Amino acid sequence: MDLFLQQLTNGLAVGSIYALIALGYTMVYGVLKLINFAHGDLFAIGAYLGLTLLTTFGLSQYLGPMGVVIVLAVMVMGLVAVVGAVLERVAYRPLRQAHRLSAVVSAMGASIFFQNALMLVYGARYKVYPHDILPKNAVSIMGFEIPLVRLLVLLTSVLMMVALYLFIQKTRIGTAIRAAAIDQRAAKLMGINVDRVIMIVFLIGPALGGVAGLMVGLYYGQINFTMGWMYGLKAFTAAILGGIGNIPGAMVGGLLLGVIEAMGAAYISIAWKDAITFMVLIAILIVRPTGLLGERVADKV
Amino acid sequence: MKDVRPVIYAVFCGALLLAPFFLNAYWVDVLNNVGLYAILGLSLNIILGHAGLFHMGHAAFYAMGAYTTAIINTSYQIPVLWLMPLSGLVAGVAALVIARPIIHLRGDYLLIVTIGLVEIVRIALINNVFGITGGSNGIFGISRPELFGFRIRRPEHFFFLIWGFAAITVFLFHRLENSRFGRALNYLREDDVAAEGSGINTAHYKLIAFVVGAVWAGMAGNIFAAKMTIIAPESFNFWESVIMFMIVLLGGRGSIPGVILGAFLIVGLPELFRQFATARMLVFGAIMVAMMIFRTEGILPPRPRRYPAAVADGGGDGP
Repeated sequence: MDLFLQQLTNGLAVGSIYALIALGYTMVYGVLKLINFAHGDLFAIGAYLGLTLLTTFGLSQYLGPMGVVIVLAVMVMGLVAVVGAVLERVAYRPLRQAHRLSAVVSAMGASIFFQNALMLVYGARYKVYPHDILPKNAVSIMGFEIPLVRLLVLLTSVLMMVALYLFIQKTRIGTAIRAAAIDQRAAKLMGINVDRVIMIVFLIGPALGGVAGLMVGLYYGQINFTMGWMYGLKAFTAAILGGIGNIPGAMVGGLLLGVIEAMGAAYISIAWKDAITFMVLIAILIVRPTGLLGERVADKV
Repeated sequence: MKDVRPVIYAVFCGALLLAPFFLNAYWVDVLNNVGLYAILGLSLNIILGHAGLFHMGHAAFYAMGAYTTAIINTSYQIPVLWLMPLSGLVAGVAALVIARPIIHLRGDYLLIVTIGLVEIVRIALINNVFGITGGSNGIFGISRPELFGFRIRRPEHFFFLIWGFAAITVFLFHRLENSRFGRALNYLREDDVAAEGSGINTAHYKLIAFVVGAVWAGMAGNIFAAKMTIIAPESFNFWESVIMFMIVLLGGRGSIPGVILGAFLIVGLPELFRQFATARMLVFGAIMVAMMIFRTEGILPPRPRRYPAAVADGGGDGP
């Protein structure tokens, strides 16, 4: 029972990180119908920027642990959002009218570019986050010891997801994003500046991805320049699991995938952990390509 | 304007044939790699270029071919080249089984499933599935191939084996692309629905394209195993698939000369910039982006089909 609960909370924490990354995929896919392969690398950039900011400014001297994390998160979000917007401007906007495959290839190129840029700047070896930032103690819930960090990761992610959901549902910009996702041409005719909407999507998605990178750094303690790839792929699986283009779907998919993976690692085999994820992906695509929460839409002919 | 391409092809083939007599072993080996990737690129070209299926898991079939050869050769001492048809067969059957349920998926979904596929195969190989793949160390001690009693050992020998096989591949695939089958694939690539409406069984043709490509990748895997004599899961990771994908896209989808040029550019060119080894992937990524923006169809796109019959009697027959 203890193993089960530990794996469940661990799965939820990791899953909430997947969900944050998945939101970037799903929003971009919703508006542009493009798999932004470079998104995973934006996440990795977030992790590295977080480390740099942490070590160069020595924030922990001035602020308490919570303060450090909040300041870091805001800075990382801002910086990664800028990288995301530049990416969109340089690599995707010129391909707006082109064949869809071209944009996918451009995204892969950008992914390779970012990955190697990280390697050149930070080196190919694992980088270690300072491990005295967050408190180490565990919280006891109904007799079970659960690390505080785990709960914090989960809580922060859920808060951000709720904030995003409200933003998309309640604000004018959010409405414009939803409109552009349904039909770009019609949205344009209604006076929505679709280019601006896309720019905003490329600010929000990478910002969330960047924070997720920071969380991975704080949660696991070590980061690597290739990690964006695996996390990106898993987050994409999460987005598909929930129904791509669907924001609550990405959240549900992320949490579900995290739990499936943690349970698979605990009860089936840890060596096959990643393979289980991909099997889930393939099974979902074969059985229900629209995902759990996606509605079945007829393909436009 | 007179067509100069036959001259260019002839010069290229001549230069290639003479190359091993002038280059040192290192550069011959580079050419061997280019040839191997050219074969892989050509096999992927059937799937990606002609049928227009976004398949980024080609390394999985390549791995199956290589592992089939390695396992049977090391366990039963069957000569390597005899195993080539079997390697192709294993990869082809696997493709048939795997592709059947996913072939109807739309473009990017298929892309992501094939990425998942190649990762699953790699993880299975690392975890020593069925206890025969040797785990992450792989399999070593694969014997050298023999052809008509001649032992193929040195890079120059492999050069002729690989490029000979590449030449056969080019010939067969050239025939294929001008066949009824090739035209049907091009039709369904351009317009799935219209092709279906004209009586082309699109799912069937897509599946065949997939299997043909996989069989060829499996045979390339056989040559790879023979050349390396040691294979490990890391030789078949996702980036291998990406490289094959890039070869086809950069060279020109659906164009045989384009794919071969792509293999030279992507596998051969980085060798010239060895001293910038760490930065070359960075440049590579940037070029991919620039390429898609400025020349989407690849460097040497295929020429549009021409039908002499259409000029003669005012109407060609459909595929």
